[in-house]
Amino acid sequence: MTYRTAMALLTAVLLALPLRAAAADTAGSAAAGEEVDVKAIVLEHLSDSYWWHIGTFGGRDVSLYLPVIVRSSAERGGWYCFSSRHLADGASWEGFSIAAEGKYEGKIVETLPDGSTVRPFDLSVTKTVAALLLNSVIVLLVILVPAGWYRRHRYDVKAHPKGFTAFMEMAIEGLQDDLIKPCVGENWKRFSPYLLTVFFFILVCNLMSLIPFFPGGVNVTGNIAVTFVLALASFLVINIFGGRAYWKDIFWPDVPAWLKVPVPFMPVIEFIGIFTKPFALMIRLFANMVGGHAAILCLVCVVFVTAGMGAVMNASMTVVSVLFTIFMNCVEVLVAFLQAYVFTMLSGVFIGLAQEGKTEKKVEKLKK
Amino acid sequence: MGLLQPEPGLLIWMTLAFAVVFILLAKFGFPVIQKSVDRRREYIDSSLAAAGEAQKKLDDLQVQMDEVRRDAEKQKTEILRSAVQTREQLIAEARRKAGEEGEKIIAAAKASAQLESDAIIRDARHQVALLSIAISERLLRERLSSDPQSQTALAERLLAEMDPEKKAPEDKPEKE
Repeated sequence: MTYRTAMALLTAVLLALPLRAAAADTAGSAAAGEEVDVKAIVLEHLSDSYWWHIGTFGGRDVSLYLPVIVRSSAERGGWYCFSSRHLADGASWEGFSIAAEGKYEGKIVETLPDGSTVRPFDLSVTKTVAALLLNSVIVLLVILVPAGWYRRHRYDVKAHPKGFTAFMEMAIEGLQDDLIKPCVGENWKRFSPYLLTVFFFILVCNLMSLIPFFPGGVNVTGNIAVTFVLALASFLVINIFGGRAYWKDIFWPDVPAWLKVPVPFMPVIEFIGIFTKPFALMIRLFANMVGGHAAILCLVCVVFVTAGMGAVMNASMTVVSVLFTIFMNCVEVLVAFLQAYVFTMLSGVFIGLAQEGKTEKKVEKLKK
Repeated sequence: MGLLQPEPGLLIWMTLAFAVVFILLAKFGFPVIQKSVDRRREYIDSSLAAAGEAQKKLDDLQVQMDEVRRDAEKQKTEILRSAVQTREQLIAEARRKAGEEGEKIIAAAKASAQLESDAIIRDARHQVALLSIAISERLLRERLSSDPQSQTALAERLLAEMDPEKKAPEDKPEKE
């Protein structure tokens, strides 16, 4: 009953809002004729920036200006560190400015004395970096605070946690028992900390990116550099700890000899496979997060795109847009968890496969 | 497209952040939790084992107790049975003894009664003899006083009657 009333109320409010907006428009607003550039909005959200735009309050943009750290590529050299406030609105500072167009659009470029622009080595704390650091702190808190409880109670066997610590214990134990143990196999204890770190890191980043206002909303895992590092980490773990059987399977697989002797078809395919596995991990996470965010943004933009099409159209499309956005957000929460799970699971499976030879060897030793 | 080109700066930041997070969590996070949970699991397992042991001991004790009880029960019946036996034995013994005693007493009484009755009979016979002698004396005296011949005949006849061994003819002359 209350659910139905709430839904009816929501629909009514959503229908009424654009009517008022339309009335205001007809009263003679400046923005009446402006077209909404959906692509720009979506790309702006998905790409990085040198400040963190918090919101526009009463016509004034409120942003968190982040530090710019660059090393000049020009002859002068040296490190430059200043607030991105100095670069706002296309301003230039110490020869650095944000390129408005061209190859380095949206990035800091250095203007050389002869007028040409080069890209300096850019170690700036961008919006993504800031969110990344914030998410890292959250991950640390989420794990280290419960760990602190265990540290305090390490001599008390009978103590059992409550609340958040208990929840985290349940989550960690569940992941270990149902995901890491079956995927990695015998050596799971060795890789469990890495896989758990990956899981919680991705999960926190995914969930934070779904929060639409300030501390969240930055699509960290939808950035190829972030997923690249995560995939690289898995790649390193897989190959550094891979057993002899794993390498033998790559360079001398169990296939008919003609597939590997004159022209090493299979070894080449297997060798490429080493890289395609983490590459797939990288692209999967990146594409899922980008896609989800783009879908949500497009659905939200429906409201503004239809603003110029009359009050009735706008009102009905607003209802559709909000309902679809709610649905997409729910799906994205699921995807946020799912992608963290899948990344962890596949990393675990690849690690387990690379480990396989070791366990076989042990079994053989035991048999002897 | 810019989206697919990783920024070197971001790569460095991400590597740094992820490495720090991983090292901190792998050192102070998950192993601490895991160790604690493992210890608790061990404790629970050992507690369960101990509880099982105690239960088993209790069961054993119960069995032992039952055995002891059954033993006691058996002993009780044994004792009761032997008591009944003893009682019956005692009673039988007493009865037997009493019977013997009674018989003895009865026999003694019978013997003494026989003796007495014999003595009485003897006495009575003696008395009767004396009386009959006295009577016969009187009779004889009366008869004899009248007729001396009949006195002799009578004496002889009487003597013959009295002496069944026919000693009369011999005695007769003596008495005569």
